[in-house]
Amino acid sequence: MASHAPAHGAHDAHAEHHPTPADYVRIAIILSIITLVEVVIYYIPQMRGILVPILLVLSIVKFLAVVGYFMHLKDDKRLFRLSFVAALVLSLAVFLAMLAMFNTAASWMPDIIPFVS
Amino acid sequence: MATAIEVVNAHGAGHDSHDGHDHAGHPPPSAGVDSRKLLMWLFLASDCMFFGTLIATYMTYRNRSIDLQMPPYPNEIFDIPYTSVSAFVLLMSSLTMVLALAAIQRGDHRGLRIWLSSTALLGAIFVGGQFFEFTTFAHEGLTLSSNIFGSSFYVLTGFHGAHVTIGVIWLLSLVFVSLRGGIPQEKAMDVEIAGLYWHFVDIVWIVIFTLVYLVPYPNPPEGAAETAPHAFVRITEFGQQLMHALPF
Repeated sequence: MASHAPAHGAHDAHAEHHPTPADYVRIAIILSIITLVEVVIYYIPQMRGILVPILLVLSIVKFLAVVGYFMHLKDDKRLFRLSFVAALVLSLAVFLAMLAMFNTAASWMPDIIPFVS
Repeated sequence: MATAIEVVNAHGAGHDSHDGHDHAGHPPPSAGVDSRKLLMWLFLASDCMFFGTLIATYMTYRNRSIDLQMPPYPNEIFDIPYTSVSAFVLLMSSLTMVLALAAIQRGDHRGLRIWLSSTALLGAIFVGGQFFEFTTFAHEGLTLSSNIFGSSFYVLTGFHGAHVTIGVIWLLSLVFVSLRGGIPQEKAMDVEIAGLYWHFVDIVWIVIFTLVYLVPYPNPPEGAAETAPHAFVRITEFGQQLMHALPF
């Protein structure tokens, strides 16, 4: 990294904040621990009541860690962040729309779509 | 020209020179971003919607085979410890991928090849594990057409596996090009773009692992197997009615 000697001061400042290989290993260890926690709580019967929200939060943390640090989106250009976040929002909208549509459909057109009734 | 062009690569490689071309001879970027990297992000955005739709479809029909009493059921055939190891393998491949990028950014070509090969190996292990899982499920009666769970599960995880396979081929080609001296330090962007694709494949699996495997399924009702043909007949009849209703 240092051998590049970038011409712009802004880039120098950015490079100082760029994670090192040791940082990447630390992040990977944290991600592994989160994965282990996900699997362990899956097998604890007492956790069943709150399992789903915990799993969702943990997977969101893993998702953001990979996108933010491994894909460098945290410190990258705003345009990249915007394009990816826009797609995420659109995907989530499609997801919610599909669930809403089919759950509703099951109640008023069971003969047309029998497999959702 | 020099003032118009901003630093392209925020990660220390593939910088523009002041004549408006980078060392690899690529044209000058607009809006201060590398056009290839922007293209990859836009591709990932479209792929995000692609997988979003597949996951939404899976979640819509997630419990339908249980409701319709059409075995095999997901909670009967999923092997969570096995899939957890697969998820861990793919997670570690993201680490080796980012270490490959860090290696080429500091000019370490041997490190680049080692980490890229490690990533490809981990990816191949994941795909091999998925193939074994699919084979096991098929032996237990879950096929693409056995029930709606099988259809939505195989389509979703199969497309993800195809993405991983393409990623492995891409990584191996980068190793090959590197061996021929085709990835100098100034072309680290080539590795970074491949890395973006690889990490995306990893984050898709993070979502799939949680929503498909870990979020619990309802228990199948008693005597489910005996009533399964009835549900199957209903769907078959619906399909036949649909075919007859079509004008062609």
